[in-house]
Amino acid sequence: MTHAEKTVAALKEKFGDVIEQVIHFRGETSVGVRPEGVIEVLRFLKESPDLRYTFLANLTAFDDWPEEPRFNVIYQLREMSLPADFRVQVRVHGDAPELPTATGVYLNANWHEREVYDMFGLTFTGHPDLRRILMPSDWQGHPLRKDYPLGYEEVEFTFNFKEIEKKKPYAKE
Amino acid sequence: MGLEQKLGNMGVVTTTLETAINWGRTNAMWPMLFGLACCAIEMISTVMPQNDLSRFGMELMRASPRQSDLMIVAGRVSRKMAPVLRRLYDQMPDPKWVIAMGDCASCGGIFNNYAIVQGVDEVVPVDVYVAGCPPRPEALLYGILTLHEKVKRETMKDWA
Amino acid sequence: MTAEAEHQLLEATVDELKHLFSPRAETGETMVLNMGPQHPSTHGVLRMIVELDGEIVVSAVPDVGYLHTGIEKNMEAKTYLKALTMTDRIDYLNTMGNNLVYCLAIEKLMDVKVPPRAQVIRVILAELQRIASHLVWLGTHSADLASQSVLFYCFREREKVMDIAEMISGQRMMTSYIRPGGVWRDVPAGFEEAVRDFLNYLPPRLDEYEALLTHNPIWLDRTKGIGVIDGETALAWGLTGPSLRGSGVNFDLRKAMPYGGYEEYEFEVPLGHNGDVYDRYLVRMQEFRQSLRIVDQALKKLPKGPVITSDRKVAPPPRSELGTSMEAVIHHFKLWTEGFSAPKGEVYVAVESPRGELGVFLAGNGGPKPHRVHFRTPSFVNLQSLPLLSKDHYIADVVGIIGSIDIVLGDVDR
Repeated sequence: MTHAEKTVAALKEKFGDVIEQVIHFRGETSVGVRPEGVIEVLRFLKESPDLRYTFLANLTAFDDWPEEPRFNVIYQLREMSLPADFRVQVRVHGDAPELPTATGVYLNANWHEREVYDMFGLTFTGHPDLRRILMPSDWQGHPLRKDYPLGYEEVEFTFNFKEIEKKKPYAKE
Repeated sequence: MGLEQKLGNMGVVTTTLETAINWGRTNAMWPMLFGLACCAIEMISTVMPQNDLSRFGMELMRASPRQSDLMIVAGRVSRKMAPVLRRLYDQMPDPKWVIAMGDCASCGGIFNNYAIVQGVDEVVPVDVYVAGCPPRPEALLYGILTLHEKVKRETMKDWA
Repeated sequence: MTAEAEHQLLEATVDELKHLFSPRAETGETMVLNMGPQHPSTHGVLRMIVELDGEIVVSAVPDVGYLHTGIEKNMEAKTYLKALTMTDRIDYLNTMGNNLVYCLAIEKLMDVKVPPRAQVIRVILAELQRIASHLVWLGTHSADLASQSVLFYCFREREKVMDIAEMISGQRMMTSYIRPGGVWRDVPAGFEEAVRDFLNYLPPRLDEYEALLTHNPIWLDRTKGIGVIDGETALAWGLTGPSLRGSGVNFDLRKAMPYGGYEEYEFEVPLGHNGDVYDRYLVRMQEFRQSLRIVDQALKKLPKGPVITSDRKVAPPPRSELGTSMEAVIHHFKLWTEGFSAPKGEVYVAVESPRGELGVFLAGNGGPKPHRVHFRTPSFVNLQSLPLLSKDHYIADVVGIIGSIDIVLGDVDR
């Protein structure tokens, strides 16, 4: 039994009601969890003596707008001695974008959660220092959401050169 | 320079004086250390012995804007960094010049999005644009020499 | 921005950071100092707000985001192949490594096999890129601390690696040579000799730099006992790469979770004991020699064969076929106009970059453009531990600690 299969079996036994689905894709295993149970699942995966997923490799999110629930938060965990990877996914609805923080379980989730807050607008309740990290502190909006525009500038060709030149701000002195 | 305001146009005296002043300014123009991203690595390579920048008197890269003449904006300027850039430009004393090194400083480069200022000439006035992603050290040297040509054609009225 | 608006922006930042400093800062017993985005020794646009008690650091708060480029959002608007050119610019000292991890993620998502010759070429280039990145680290770190002459020597060696990059792709730094399915085109005739010359050229020079620094009393004074972190705390804070191995934890992704053919090469993983700046320096100096060993073995076993996969849905057909085969023309057309489409699903692939674990989380949605690309960059995660490492040190040591963690701001801000 691989470590991933052992993990899935242990999770189904202990947290059967919070597990929504199990995905096997390209040799990787990931488990979908409901938002209310995610911190207990992470703590169990880290502290259980057979499973020992002590390293948080990655914490990120992606947006499935306009499908609901739109946010999909990913926790990539690693067991260091084998080593073996495992992924936990949480789907969060767009009307109530919040999750409990994972900094109590994994210390390095701190800046990852700040980045997810900055880019997607998901608040993590209980985070010690939740403020914007990559954008300026007075920026409006959350850039990586799918309904946020890319913000590109139109390319100047000869046919629209004069209109764009009138609007483009140049520094005089 | 107060000299320029007082002298006015005195014919051949001012033209030879201009040549002397411009010669002095080009031969030891001190750049300010303003490397932001990948172009900064090529800027450092320009100072290194293979493509030597100190033959033009410019190996001394001052970190303080108060002691430098030339700002080489090397790299992409994000919206968070733009006020800092403007502040540093204002802190430089006259005469000062700006080289926009690389595609991101000239026009936004390949990053046409919400986070990058599309061309640093939205923030500071630019004298020479050097294209490339990143420009070769030889290209930056050519840009610097073009700036020297531009400075040699300056008159006293430009900085009065 | 007008002067008043700028003034307001700075006021807001100081107010909202009050909770990060000790109460002594309010009374004025300690001084809060800004090591601004433009600083000669912060390796890029890193802003640090340090609270000082005399010269001793009480707390140091990094403020990042001054180089945020929106690469991840921009990649969602481009096809998979066009987005490859943006990956070069994330960690601009490890450009071929960024290309490699992105291509490995695409190949895993689309289940594409890479031919053996391309795998060996990728390994050679990744290790040469590691050497070039460590040369920049050595030069800038020693220029900050003790000697500027090592900076000049290191960039001279780096020119040789960039000559090799220029020979294969035409570009010194941002090559985009490693493509999904293999590499762009076969290496030209002088490649093996150039790499062999480099392998003979570098080791005596490395001995010289070690002789300059390793037992130098000034270097030892400035690096021993500074920025100490032990293995448990380092793992808890997510440190990876030489910064983790300097504390004695044996975890190198090339050995633990091998990718791209690394399981066939013999090399050692250098470890440190104390977890201070000096040990991290020793680990990286040893990594130079191990990388040279890998390149030597790879050159000896470079097989013949194609350099890109023959799956025409992913890689373009060679131009010679376009004159004779209709399917080749159609594949070429589809790839250049629409691009190849990846299935719906998520993958995570990680490689060992010179800074630590560089990972890509790639989510496809059945279309030609990626649904989400997230780069788990080592400098972003390693920088979190800076306040812990620099507590109770002099402010001059903070410069050495930043140099030893080896951050690149393009990596942090993306």
